[in-house]
Amino acid sequence: MTVDICALGIDVGSTTVKIVGVDAAGNLAWHFLDQAGPRVEDQVDEFLARARQAAGKPDNLPLVATGYGRGLVHQATRKVTEITCHARGIYREFQHGGTLVDIGGQDSKVIGIGPKGDVVDFAMNDKCAAGTGRFLENSARHLRVPLERIGSVALSTTEEVVISSTCTVFAESEIISLIAHGVAVEPILRGLHRSLIKRIVAMVRTVGLVSPLMLSGGVAQNPAICRMLEEETESKVILPREPQLMGAHGAALMALGMGWSVLTPASGET
Amino acid sequence: MSAADSLRFYAGVNLGCAALRLNRWRAERTAPRRQSEYLAPPLKISPRTKELIARHYLEGRYANGHRKVAWVASGAPVELLKALDFYVLYPENHAALCGTARAVEEIATEAEHAGYSRDICSYARTDLGAMLSGKTPVGRLPKPDLLLACTNICQTVLFWYRVLAHHFDVPLIVIDTPFIYTEATDHAAEYVKRQMEESIPIAEKVAGKKLDERRLKETTRLSKMASQLWLEIMERGRHRPAPISVFDQFIQMAPIVEMRGDAFTVDFYAAMLKEVEGRIARGIGAVKNEKKRLLWDNLPIWYRLRYLGEFLGARGVAIVASTYTNAWGELAPMIDPEHPMESGARTYLHPILNRGTGYKLATMKRMVVDYGLDGAILHNDRSCKPYSVGQIDQRDRLLREHHVPALLLEADHNDPRAFSEEQAANRLEAFVEMLGV
Repeated sequence: MTVDICALGIDVGSTTVKIVGVDAAGNLAWHFLDQAGPRVEDQVDEFLARARQAAGKPDNLPLVATGYGRGLVHQATRKVTEITCHARGIYREFQHGGTLVDIGGQDSKVIGIGPKGDVVDFAMNDKCAAGTGRFLENSARHLRVPLERIGSVALSTTEEVVISSTCTVFAESEIISLIAHGVAVEPILRGLHRSLIKRIVAMVRTVGLVSPLMLSGGVAQNPAICRMLEEETESKVILPREPQLMGAHGAALMALGMGWSVLTPASGET
Repeated sequence: MSAADSLRFYAGVNLGCAALRLNRWRAERTAPRRQSEYLAPPLKISPRTKELIARHYLEGRYANGHRKVAWVASGAPVELLKALDFYVLYPENHAALCGTARAVEEIATEAEHAGYSRDICSYARTDLGAMLSGKTPVGRLPKPDLLLACTNICQTVLFWYRVLAHHFDVPLIVIDTPFIYTEATDHAAEYVKRQMEESIPIAEKVAGKKLDERRLKETTRLSKMASQLWLEIMERGRHRPAPISVFDQFIQMAPIVEMRGDAFTVDFYAAMLKEVEGRIARGIGAVKNEKKRLLWDNLPIWYRLRYLGEFLGARGVAIVASTYTNAWGELAPMIDPEHPMESGARTYLHPILNRGTGYKLATMKRMVVDYGLDGAILHNDRSCKPYSVGQIDQRDRLLREHHVPALLLEADHNDPRAFSEEQAANRLEAFVEMLGV
């Protein structure tokens, strides 16, 4: 069975690759997601083959690429940064401006979105990986907790260890030292989340918090991130239905040629 | 000074200069090797710039024994030394040259191996590395007979020049310039003037001659003229499209820094101004398809000038004004050749780095209006703390109070190991998209 796909957006991230197909109205009609492989071009070919199969259209659909690997998507009509694409995707979903936090595998961004959906300011983590998903990934590996469970494990306790190192490498040493001192995994994980969130909040302050606070990116699926972000900012955090697909959806909307003023309600998306 | 050294100087320099003139002559008559799809061809004056810089270092190579040599910090009152016929070398300029020649990693490592931390300014590490190893892309640097540092650019120079003084075992003159939060007080100017006066006998002793007041006035007059011309050249950037970009200014600023007080520097900038005006008359823009105009704050990223110029140029973005290049022209009106000591004291008190962060913000705000700018890139320079401090607030205030989008770009002016091209490109790209290009 084919899906009505008029345009595609692909988000080649450092951890996962996402592709979204939208219908003529910009609704998210189809998507596919997989772990990022070492051969980006081959993976993109495979993703596009899947999209063509889903659409039942052998011809070229308009495609916008985003994410760190966008430069290797040779089939793209246009290449756009994640900042613009995430803003576009989230605006489509919520129809209002605000402050968007996107925690990705390689970097984190805080994006100020104006009332008409335009990017008014943004901040990205500095060169260090501490404020990124990679920080949690590395720590989870050390603590032997599956990545998808680290948030719930962190929230399973009220005890919290202070992780003083903001550097991912030093934090690893700190974890090893804490384990050696017999500290349980749960409070360490809770402390790690707190450490990450504090760095994110510093970026939120740089951009300036304009409500509502929104969260996108794969890390948004981690419940501890959402909870602690609310605690640290004292603001309610709202999540899109598919936080991980916001970048690819935004890219697909751009491929469709939809301007910032597209105000079509997000309801009815599949 | 020995006759043999002088003979060696004249033979080496004259032969070398003849070769440099020939190179320039050839370069002026052939099309530039690199033609950019997005940028105007390099300024026609560029071969002359290259010749001036090469000649300067060539003279330095043969200077020891023929002329007295002074190493000076960029914000030091060099007119005194010029008037005493010193050959003047600027370690900061030499370090920047190493940056553009991609030689910093190797040279700075020499300093790091000797124990100097990578947290120290990359200019200082490049200079100390060159001092310790003798490595330089210019062949050979002359040994100093005198050192002159002024604290109006940073405090690092104080410690850096003490190391040089210890290593070369030569006198060091330090001019201490009190920080100006709002306005320079009379006693601050008097304090700097007295230090300048006290430095004269030391410099005279090394030079082996007395300071001629008429020479000092003449040198000061030439400094003022060159600085004024430089200021005028930069102000031509107000035109749309801007005839030269800040990247052009970075390349063409070497003479105003290290050849201030020389007559040929005045001629050079007069010729450059003429060329820039010619570009305006013919509607030539530094960026072929200028869509947005930006400001640059802080030092350049020397080892990525071409990359950044091309990257932004390809997107129709021209950087047309900078607080850094402006610093070498904005004080021109303050220089009074009839009162070189009094006006020198005031001038050298007022560099942007010796003034409160509010002054820099005011300068940026003025530039946004004067040059019709759409945004600002604030290079957050790991090496230059005095220039980078306050940038977070400055960025914030540009955005909130003046609705000027501004990007904080992390890098280092001379050390490529502190620059992540992928991350910088992503931020610049996102910023350009935000500007609506």
